[in-house]
Amino acid sequence: MTKRIETADEAKQDAAYSEALKELIYQMADDDFIVSFRGSEWLGLAPHIEEDVAFSSITQNTMGHAVMYYNLLEELGEGDADALAHARPLEKRRNAVYLEKQNGDGSYLKEPYFDWALTVVRHYFYEVLKKVKLEALTKSSYVPLANIAQKVLMEQPYHLAHWKLWIRQLQNSNEDAKSRINMRIVEAWKEFGDALELGTKSSEMVQHELIAGEEFLQKQWLNEVKATVMSLPTYPLEKGLGNGRNGKHSADLKQAIKIFSEVYESDREAVW
Amino acid sequence: MQGKSKEDEILAILRTVDDPELPTVSVYDLGMVHEIKIVLNNVAITMVPTFAGCPALDFIEKDVKEAVEALDWVDGCQVEFSFQLRWTTDSITDKGRENLKKLGIAAPPETYQPGDSWTVSCPYCDSAYTSMENVFGPTACRSILYCMECRNPFEAMKPVVEYSIS
Repeated sequence: MTKRIETADEAKQDAAYSEALKELIYQMADDDFIVSFRGSEWLGLAPHIEEDVAFSSITQNTMGHAVMYYNLLEELGEGDADALAHARPLEKRRNAVYLEKQNGDGSYLKEPYFDWALTVVRHYFYEVLKKVKLEALTKSSYVPLANIAQKVLMEQPYHLAHWKLWIRQLQNSNEDAKSRINMRIVEAWKEFGDALELGTKSSEMVQHELIAGEEFLQKQWLNEVKATVMSLPTYPLEKGLGNGRNGKHSADLKQAIKIFSEVYESDREAVW
Repeated sequence: MQGKSKEDEILAILRTVDDPELPTVSVYDLGMVHEIKIVLNNVAITMVPTFAGCPALDFIEKDVKEAVEALDWVDGCQVEFSFQLRWTTDSITDKGRENLKKLGIAAPPETYQPGDSWTVSCPYCDSAYTSMENVFGPTACRSILYCMECRNPFEAMKPVVEYSIS
């Protein structure tokens, strides 16, 4: 059994270990970061005021989770956490490509014809995945990561419960709601594939006992989704938009980076 | 024995530093103070953040540092939040629960399992006849409820407990 690694300095002594570890943390960080960015674009536009309060609270807290991962990367020698979040080029980003997809037509500032069904399906699928990964991470050989997973798991049940409630209610609602949700589920099935993968270093991650293997994570995810979603496609999930775990992203990420780095780029030295 | 009394002085100060989003409830009573280390006249304080995404952490850090450095004998104070530590709502002291109530915020329920629905009594009239309006409130750590008895909206601290994997 791999021994437990207690500190960043200890991790850095083993190049193979720290490469796999950093790759994994980038995936966790970038997923939370981009999903919160897309969430933040709903501010003031959610279906009703209580949802606006709830969604923005979830988004803000998820951004806080991303910060913890970027801080871990900073400790591992990857550079300043703010720069990792804002200044990293597209091909270095490891988030799943479906998570970067725009909320709908138009933009936040102009004609935002965003789609709530996409948001409900995306956030529900993502929060289930996040839970499954966090549970696996509590057993990680990298203790600082295991500790963070345990902390996030104390907050994340609220996020998951929120999206689960939405998906349950909409799929039990009228025909319009049902068909919108179903359409987005079929779409997600074609695009969510890379989210359930761990990228090129997946076998090293497992070998160093950083996280459970893809197959296990996928099975856990599918079991949980099946228990809530009434009708799911029977074919395997696909990677129709690319593979974010390998840095292959869509134009939507380019659009996102341009917007979320605007303030940062205006003055990189500013102290907030 | 000098060290001990210095620590007591620091603790007394921390009981006066309020959470910026919960005026009248101190960071000490919220259970955010983890460790105080005093070396000569330098103080290092390790704190536990409540919710990871809490935007008030930087303000709290600054307020604690300024309050401690106002003590005559203190040369400098470093405050650090450790995300390696876990905060639970059980860390809130009895005084903290009482002060929350004065603000119209009910203390978190004492028995709660992650993901379960929960309810608390009204902080104004103590009625149990309340309903959850929104699990998410004005800050990550609070929820919005409504009292059917005295017809007041009120807030409650969200329960946060250790997560066990089933």
